[in-house]
Amino acid sequence: MTNAHADYVLGLADDALVSAQRMGWWISRAPQLEEDVALANIGLDQLGQARTLLAHAGSLEGEGRGEDDLAYFRDERDFRNVKLVERPQTDFAVTMARLLVFATWQAELYAVLAHSSDPTLAGVAGKAVKEVAYHVDHARQWVLRLGDGTDESHLRMQVAVDAEWPFVEELFGAVDPALVADGIAADPTVLRPAVLGRVGRVLGEATLTVPHLAPAVAGGREGLHTEHLGFLLAEMQHLSRSHPGASW
Amino acid sequence: MAQVYGNDFTAPGETPARPATSDEPETFRALLEGEGRVEPRDDLPDAYRRTLVRQIAQHAHSEIIGMQPEGNWISRAPSLRRKAILMAKVQDEAGHGLYLYAAAETLGVDRADLLDQLHSGRQKYSSIFNYPTLTWADMGAIGWLVDGAAIVNQVPLCRCSYGPYARAMIRVCKEESFHQRQGFEILHTLSHGTPAQKAMAQDAVDRYWWPSLMMFGPPDDDSPNSAQSMAWGIKRFSNDDLRQRFVDMAVPQAEALGLTLPDPEIRWNEDRGHHDFGEVDFTELFEVIKGNGPCNAERMAHRVRAHEDGAWVREAANAYADKQAARPGADVA
Repeated sequence: MTNAHADYVLGLADDALVSAQRMGWWISRAPQLEEDVALANIGLDQLGQARTLLAHAGSLEGEGRGEDDLAYFRDERDFRNVKLVERPQTDFAVTMARLLVFATWQAELYAVLAHSSDPTLAGVAGKAVKEVAYHVDHARQWVLRLGDGTDESHLRMQVAVDAEWPFVEELFGAVDPALVADGIAADPTVLRPAVLGRVGRVLGEATLTVPHLAPAVAGGREGLHTEHLGFLLAEMQHLSRSHPGASW
Repeated sequence: MAQVYGNDFTAPGETPARPATSDEPETFRALLEGEGRVEPRDDLPDAYRRTLVRQIAQHAHSEIIGMQPEGNWISRAPSLRRKAILMAKVQDEAGHGLYLYAAAETLGVDRADLLDQLHSGRQKYSSIFNYPTLTWADMGAIGWLVDGAAIVNQVPLCRCSYGPYARAMIRVCKEESFHQRQGFEILHTLSHGTPAQKAMAQDAVDRYWWPSLMMFGPPDDDSPNSAQSMAWGIKRFSNDDLRQRFVDMAVPQAEALGLTLPDPEIRWNEDRGHHDFGEVDFTELFEVIKGNGPCNAERMAHRVRAHEDGAWVREAANAYADKQAARPGADVA
């Protein structure tokens, strides 16, 4: 077990955690009641994935840190999530554009990791692969309705896809080749065409255009985030940090 | 009108529900007398239908407005386990809203109209949700006291004369009972935690105790709709009886928690076989119902904003469905 292994798992855990934190915002704010239920479901699935992955990362690290130590007592620079998930998503079109990309990536990723040589990771992925299939389907349904709905929704959906697109490439950032060679991690160069192909087909079906935009500067996996993450963490962590050592 | 989670009463100065007329269909009266269930296709008196629509709708509104005070802490829950439980709980409330709107729709109204009445202030929701959630311990107090009071009110509704409402309440009560236990557990953990955590728990109970007692509505002799609702088998016990049942349940639980209830007059009365307790300040309740509570404006603004911000999404979904239906090969049957 190496630190690269723990870091890899931590990155996936942070992706799921930060995404769940953003998803939770929607509960009581969705366009209709069924959607409050659906987005809560998706957020809960992501949070569940985050918890098991964080616990696993903590045990790989071997310093006795559990899920809450890692979630609540690390600073911005120690978070390893991609920037895609950390930016605000208070617009429904943005939420669906991002979920389509993120869940499709997770679906391809977890399908590979279900056969990882790390048995814990394989177990988490094997369970999560079913959850994210629902997330992909949910996002797809909405991207179709919004893309091919009214003129306004079409425009808003395209604007959202354009806004998310520069952050897609970071999902396929390099992974330690030793982890791939050992069968622990998924190879991003294999994931990339599969994910982009699936997302592109949905966008086409939704009468939307796949953007040709340069990728944003990456860095999330090294702890170089957008300014938004600090606020997200400040809100998420403040209570726990105000009572160090307390149990809840 | 104020709906208190399966209760129905009128604030002073408001018109009470129209009294029943004697021209109730024979079949309807026979059903009530035989303790049978009234179903949507039965011949229902208009006044019974109107009372039920209002009560069920306001119950549904309470569930969805009730998502806000707890939703307020999802982003700040102090552990990931607590965050997951809270998200699931608020999600359940959305689900309860869905069952209840569906139950109301069996009476010939539709959800969109009921929501319009909520948004324009013509229908109300439970006043308890106009109180703010100021600390994490409020998640415990709401679960223990507010959901506890809701259960006391709602368990009898599982035997309500209107079938679809009674059946919805059976599902709702099962989940509420889980919610109450998790609220109790939050408070138990806090009251056995650090001194700061225990103080937080006590403060939350101090703030939520009296508003929880108000959830049962005004005293029986000041509750103009109760008699009719009892005659119709919608309401089974009086406001004061339910309030007493709640106090009797809460007192030993507070002891188990190691917390005190903010009422020096609470004591066991051997003769009555119940706990005596102090007088509830119903002036405060009526002020909150009239819109002067701490969070009335915020709760409504949040709800209306969510609805308005989502309008383009709902329009798009309808437009998409229409296009799909119009496409060649679409099933038009």
